[in-house]
Amino acid sequence: MTDIARSSVEPVAGAPVARRGRAYLLWIVVPLAVLGLAIAWLVAADPLSGFRNGAPPVEKLTFERTILGTDGIRLLLRAGGSEPMTIAQVQVDDAYWQFTQDPPGAIARSGTVWIHLPFPWVVGEAHAIRVVTNTGATFDHEIPVAVPTPTRDSLSFVSQGLLGAFVGLLPVAIGLMFYPVLRGVGRNGMNFLLALTVGLLAFLLIDAFGDALELAGEAAAIFQGPVMVVLVAAASFLLLMAVGRRQGTPSGLALATFIALGIGLHNLGEGLAIGASFAAGAAGLGTFLVLGFTLHNITEGIGIAAPILKIRPPLWSFAGLTLLAGGPAVIGLWIGSLA
Amino acid sequence: MITVGDVDNERNGFDPSAMLTDWETGTVSELPDGRTLRTFEVTAEDKEIEIAPGIMFPAWTYNGRVPGPALRATEGERLKIVFRNYGSHPHSMHFHGIHAARMDGVPGAGLIGPGEEFVYEFDAKPFGCHLYHCHALPLKRHIHKGMYGAFVIDPDPARHPEHETVARSRQLGTPENAGWQEFVMVMNAFDTNFDGENEVYAVNTVAHAYAKQPIRLERERPVRIYLVNVVEFDPINSFHLHGNFFNYFDQGTTLTPTLQTVDLITQCQAERGILEFAFKEHEPGLYMFHPHQSEFTELGWVGMFDVVEAVS
Repeated sequence: MTDIARSSVEPVAGAPVARRGRAYLLWIVVPLAVLGLAIAWLVAADPLSGFRNGAPPVEKLTFERTILGTDGIRLLLRAGGSEPMTIAQVQVDDAYWQFTQDPPGAIARSGTVWIHLPFPWVVGEAHAIRVVTNTGATFDHEIPVAVPTPTRDSLSFVSQGLLGAFVGLLPVAIGLMFYPVLRGVGRNGMNFLLALTVGLLAFLLIDAFGDALELAGEAAAIFQGPVMVVLVAAASFLLLMAVGRRQGTPSGLALATFIALGIGLHNLGEGLAIGASFAAGAAGLGTFLVLGFTLHNITEGIGIAAPILKIRPPLWSFAGLTLLAGGPAVIGLWIGSLA
Repeated sequence: MITVGDVDNERNGFDPSAMLTDWETGTVSELPDGRTLRTFEVTAEDKEIEIAPGIMFPAWTYNGRVPGPALRATEGERLKIVFRNYGSHPHSMHFHGIHAARMDGVPGAGLIGPGEEFVYEFDAKPFGCHLYHCHALPLKRHIHKGMYGAFVIDPDPARHPEHETVARSRQLGTPENAGWQEFVMVMNAFDTNFDGENEVYAVNTVAHAYAKQPIRLERERPVRIYLVNVVEFDPINSFHLHGNFFNYFDQGTTLTPTLQTVDLITQCQAERGILEFAFKEHEPGLYMFHPHQSEFTELGWVGMFDVVEAVS
């Protein structure tokens, strides 16, 4: 069986190889040529003209960023639809308002523009933006609570770094500080703690997926948000698996490092989320919310400590693990707030 | 604030500033019994119009304009309105006035399909400030798409000996009338995204038209405004004048004011009336007028009177 199969694939002599190569090439070129011809015919002959029924073009507009400053409101808009879109007027709270568009003119498919409205917005109150296009279609955007968008100065850079350290580094370090105690809790105690950690991570997985899909739904259609979420999640999982299992199932310090890496990625996302909410001007981050982030990250430290309970790794490795797992929160916060 | 940019009046085929004084008086002939026969010709057409800078609206129009022509006649005349439907939907002209059921412009009485013609005939009565609009179904859509216009019947001075001078001042073409500055204003609105709420409000269609190009008033001459409200979806509209008060003639069917010395009147849909005021005692300057529904004001319905010394 194997022999027959092989002989049918492998060429036997030199001359037929070239001929077969050309034949292969031909059979790549022919279908592509047919496709090209079909497209050319579709464009040239316009057989779809019969379907054109005078309907206005499909229009879509996504509000990507909102910046509230002393000079008013700035909005980053992304167009999406069947044709370039033209913004005719902009309303704020049911009032037509002066605005400037940069760059001016029609917005190409998936193109973006900044809209600047010299509107005297009110701190702590809600505002509603409505963009009216040349066809009279409207697109609404709500600013639920207006607060000034943080500016990117060195002070906020430092304070954001501190917040990142508080949310990411501190809890992991605290979790790892339980190391001496954990060595003494015994097998049952450890199982309980790990079960708690796994349960928490399972909750986070579902919660984060829900959030990610919701956010993806708000993104411009051209990014195919929900599909992107699933594919990126799957790809990162496979990548981590491939890296982690390259030398067989890891254990001990190696396993702890991989767990720290995974948690680091998770914290990067957490940092991004907090930073982005700063940038979006939606930073209603109360003390309790930050505390919540910090508390649930303590279990991450315990999770990292679990595989190294039976060995005594050098002290520096604890510092390294903490940095690997918690550091990305700081980086995420910076990136998120700069976006 | 205000809409950004300007509307292309040329492309629209009508200019809101010119519309203020653009009366359609038809053609006049004499009937065998000596009465005057006044004939108007009106066509219904589909037309895309620019209602605010850059915002196009697929309107249904009378004579290619929104509001339709401001028809003006004199009390007691015989009126003949030749209506041709060049639009894509059935339409009619339903006049607010006194007429026979056959002439009412409702389904079964003067509502015609595309390509058809109908002639409405009735006597011009009662005198006043009236309107006409399409009464095809669905009614809301036919009205808010632009099928309406002012219909003014001037009082015949001979029939009102006790108020002859007043009646004469109201009759277009008399020397007394020439002393007045008369304007026709149709308060309308447009639902551009067809969600049952208006995105743009105006008088005579174009948002902020008279805010950007104020209406010039000569200080010495009195002002008369024929005001009609046709706004769909909102139950009420109003007119408020800054820095001055006016007399109001509800539906214009009286020669003495029904309201004296007010600076605000309200009108539901199809309600209308005549406003009379003067700036004789005022210093020149810009005097605002707008509805006192702030929302309508900020969505386009606001204007200015530019009161100037008379230039000889």
